Amino acid sequence: MRVIAKVRLGEGVSGPQRKLDRREFVKSVTGMLTGVVVASVPFASILPTRAWAIDLTVLNDAEGATLTAMIKTICPHDGLDDAAYAMVVGAIDRGAATPSAMIDLKAGIASLGDGFSSATETVRVDRLKSIENSAFFQSTRVTTLLVLYSNPFAFAHFGYEGEAFSKGGYLTRGFNDLRWLPEVPIEASGPLPY
Amino acid sequence: MPRFGYDDDSVAVIIGSGAGGGTMAHELTRRGIKVVLLEAGLRQSPASFSQNVGEAFGQLTWLEPRSQSGTWDAVHTSPNMPAWHCRTVGGTTVHWTAATPRLQEYEIRARSTYGNVAGTSLVDWPMEYAELKRWYFAAERRMGVTRRHGMPGMPASNNFKVLYAGARKVGYKRVHTNYLAINTKARDDRGGCIQQGFCVQGCKTAAKWSTLYTEIPRAEATGRLDLRASSFATNIEHGSDGRATAVVYRDADGNEQRQKARFICLAGNSIESARLLLLSASGRFPNGLANGSDQVGRNYCHHLTSFVWGIFDKPVYAWRGTTLAGVVEDENVHDPRRGFVGGYHLELVALDLPSWPLASLPYGWGRDYASIVDNYRNVAGILINGEDMARKDNRITLSTTVKDSSGLPSAHIHCDTHPNDIAMRDHARQQGRRIYEAVGAKRVVISEGSTATHQMGTARMSIDPATGVTNPYGRTHEVPNLFLSDGSVLPTPGAANPTLTIVSLALRQAEHIGKELAAGRI
Repeated sequence: MRVIAKVRLGEGVSGPQRKLDRREFVKSVTGMLTGVVVASVPFASILPTRAWAIDLTVLNDAEGATLTAMIKTICPHDGLDDAAYAMVVGAIDRGAATPSAMIDLKAGIASLGDGFSSATETVRVDRLKSIENSAFFQSTRVTTLLVLYSNPFAFAHFGYEGEAFSKGGYLTRGFNDLRWLPEVPIEASGPLPY
Repeated sequence: MPRFGYDDDSVAVIIGSGAGGGTMAHELTRRGIKVVLLEAGLRQSPASFSQNVGEAFGQLTWLEPRSQSGTWDAVHTSPNMPAWHCRTVGGTTVHWTAATPRLQEYEIRARSTYGNVAGTSLVDWPMEYAELKRWYFAAERRMGVTRRHGMPGMPASNNFKVLYAGARKVGYKRVHTNYLAINTKARDDRGGCIQQGFCVQGCKTAAKWSTLYTEIPRAEATGRLDLRASSFATNIEHGSDGRATAVVYRDADGNEQRQKARFICLAGNSIESARLLLLSASGRFPNGLANGSDQVGRNYCHHLTSFVWGIFDKPVYAWRGTTLAGVVEDENVHDPRRGFVGGYHLELVALDLPSWPLASLPYGWGRDYASIVDNYRNVAGILINGEDMARKDNRITLSTTVKDSSGLPSAHIHCDTHPNDIAMRDHARQQGRRIYEAVGAKRVVISEGSTATHQMGTARMSIDPATGVTNPYGRTHEVPNLFLSDGSVLPTPGAANPTLTIVSLALRQAEHIGKELAAGRI
């Protein structure tokens, strides 16, 4: 992912992308996903620019769009920025670097049929149900959960605050701030340590 | 740190540095015994624990491949990872959630209490409960357990407030913030809990007990511990007299080494300990070392587990706070009127993103699945932890299809779910649902069981050498200087998270070894 790499959004679970020199890079890029982070994303204001692009080295533009539609059908969250979905596509693309993985991935995407990315959600769900038991669907589902739910866009969307050691934990930052139920008696819990 | 010679046959070799092995290292060295501690993983520290969930997983987890079969849930919910434990100095005490309940007396009398349950291999433990309890006290004081021996309880988190209110409404009485080997305040040269919620990633304040920063450095301070990280044991050798003589291992550079030993404590976590005994088959022990009884690998138990998630219309922020700081103990009884033998705990639980959808939600995708995840803020959680039935064919064998990174056969895990497990699970799920519905849950989501985080059995202790692998002190019946020092010796699992019992039995075994050495019997 270019442009917003400065905020460390491009690191996939399959490890850092292999370093390429410029000529090899240009030669190897086969597709691209692009978008603009919507202004309502909480940290949009700190991004160097809201435009983003993910270079694909295995998939072409059409395959990238089809895979994006599949991932959005697996985990449809209205309001979750497209950049989060694109990061899943990027991770899957990077994870298919070997010739056999590349063939499997392209065959899996092809199995979704023509017009998948522009089909209605109902049609897309039906097509995915028909391939649900395939290794392609199952591995795409797991990678989607892993990558989609571990990036800053998702954290912001779901209100997840993430690791807290760097902020002193949640001890004084709301671990016990629930007020819609009664407090627990001290004999069933314990004193605050401060 | 000393470095003992490979041919120094006066040393004790301990294989594995977790709850059992790390505790043994401290206990033996403080008794004046030289110890070589072999650990397959690397050494981390609270400073080096990653706070990136994926990185932490890779840093700490045993990732060698395994194969599995049977009707238990993990075969389809976690096909590539039937068990989740650690490979790092400190072992699984680095990622554990520090719940330290005691086994109840009825649980170590499983055969007598439950009767002859068809399709099980239930036995009574070869030990009096008063004896076990004495060592529980010693272990609890050592580890620093909340609500025991004058230690205060953990304060109530948001997640626990929901569990407590619901559990009280359905009539439960024994509901509290759990027994936890976690400092609520700094003590024992370790920090206090700051409610990070990242227990599983390694405790950055060391508030959570782990042998990594308690028992192991104390063993090192005696000057008698030679800790060798990245050292993967592949064989235990024996002499013509049937005594173990050496441990063969691969060192950090991949070279094979052979460390001689006066005696050996095997503490590789139940699955790997059984595998190493099976890998160590010889002409004298054709079915595996110390396996004349054919009990090595059998009676593998992993606890019956399931997640129950209550979704509310108000925020809970369950991720804020200590992972397992809550328990309902009322069902940890034997009451056959419920339709099953044995009992279970309902434990508080919360998980981070992405672990929550990945590891603890029922399989799914699409709008309904996504709508569950959309409610992450408003979710409260229960982890069911119940006694699964010991069965002779639920066992660890050497895989015929999968090899580890060094080309040795991996562990194969076969587990069939017993009808009692299913009846207990259904009851526990229903009770979990009632708890959350009692406080207004708009939806309750219940998962299947997943990867096993508690490994028990596989080398059960027994009086009769024909029915178990070790004597009541974890000393193998057939190899007089070979001990099992981990959860493998548990004859039945009860419903208690196993670490406290493992540490208690290690303390007891160390005292036994000290006496036997003094008497010239090892």
